[in-house]
Amino acid sequence: MWTWFYRLASPPYVYRTAASLIPWLMTAAALTIGYGLIDGLVFAPPDYQQGDAFRIIYVHAPSAWMSLFSYSLMAVAGAIGLIWRIKIGHAVAAATAPIGASFTLLALVTGSLWGRPMWGTYWAWDPRLTSELILLFLYVGVMSLRAAFEDPARGDRAAALLAIVGVVNVPIIHFSVVWWNSLHQGATIAKIGKPSMPGSMLWPLLSMLFGFMCFFGAVLCMRLRGEVLNRERQAAWVRGVVK
Amino acid sequence: MSGFWAMGGYARYVWPCFGLACTVLAWNLWSAHRHHAAALVRARRALEMQDE
Repeated sequence: MWTWFYRLASPPYVYRTAASLIPWLMTAAALTIGYGLIDGLVFAPPDYQQGDAFRIIYVHAPSAWMSLFSYSLMAVAGAIGLIWRIKIGHAVAAATAPIGASFTLLALVTGSLWGRPMWGTYWAWDPRLTSELILLFLYVGVMSLRAAFEDPARGDRAAALLAIVGVVNVPIIHFSVVWWNSLHQGATIAKIGKPSMPGSMLWPLLSMLFGFMCFFGAVLCMRLRGEVLNRERQAAWVRGVVK
Repeated sequence: MSGFWAMGGYARYVWPCFGLACTVLAWNLWSAHRHHAAALVRARRALEMQDE
């Protein structure tokens, strides 16, 4: 098991493994997102309160989940790079940031478009919305901080530190609807006990979530390959890759 | 069929969300591909400079 773990610190191994994972992840993403879209848009019944507007959940919830997941991954990868000085940790963190930022922006805009017919406003300084906006600023901050240093190693360390400090926002986002009065609805699936959704609405949502995760994995692998090459361009093994 | 596109009167909110989601997914794919391609070019250039 440890041999496999140590291999993950090897740039050529990561570069090749990422390449072999991309087609599998992309296929899984295409199939599950395709199924989720058809089932969610065509076959799922309208919500008894929100009507067809509830279908926005099929892109809003997966993008919001991915925004939290990718930030947590970025912070863990940054911590691995910072504590154990494993270069791949920083490469994963750098590759994750733009993907996570794009999912956060998607969650905010789709949430805003969903809020207009349901709450009567595109935006409210609500705990969930505000903490998600702070998450977007954190992503932008981490990316800007990394790019601000001439020495990439110093940029990596500074960005990792900010990512680790900012991870405190992740549980705040998740529990904001429990801790404070919020316009935003409470947890639908991640509830202790039973999810408050019938199967006909739930399955396409789970399928979209799985599809978004696979898509995230595929794009992360693609970006990670670029990051590894950028950082290892003087290494001997790169000669075999670029030939 | 027109009922489907109308989305119960919420079409102006529902379809832009799905359109934006498609745009974000497509941007991610394009940008990741371009990132890797640019890294390959830079690595090739670095190796050529090493050889000279």
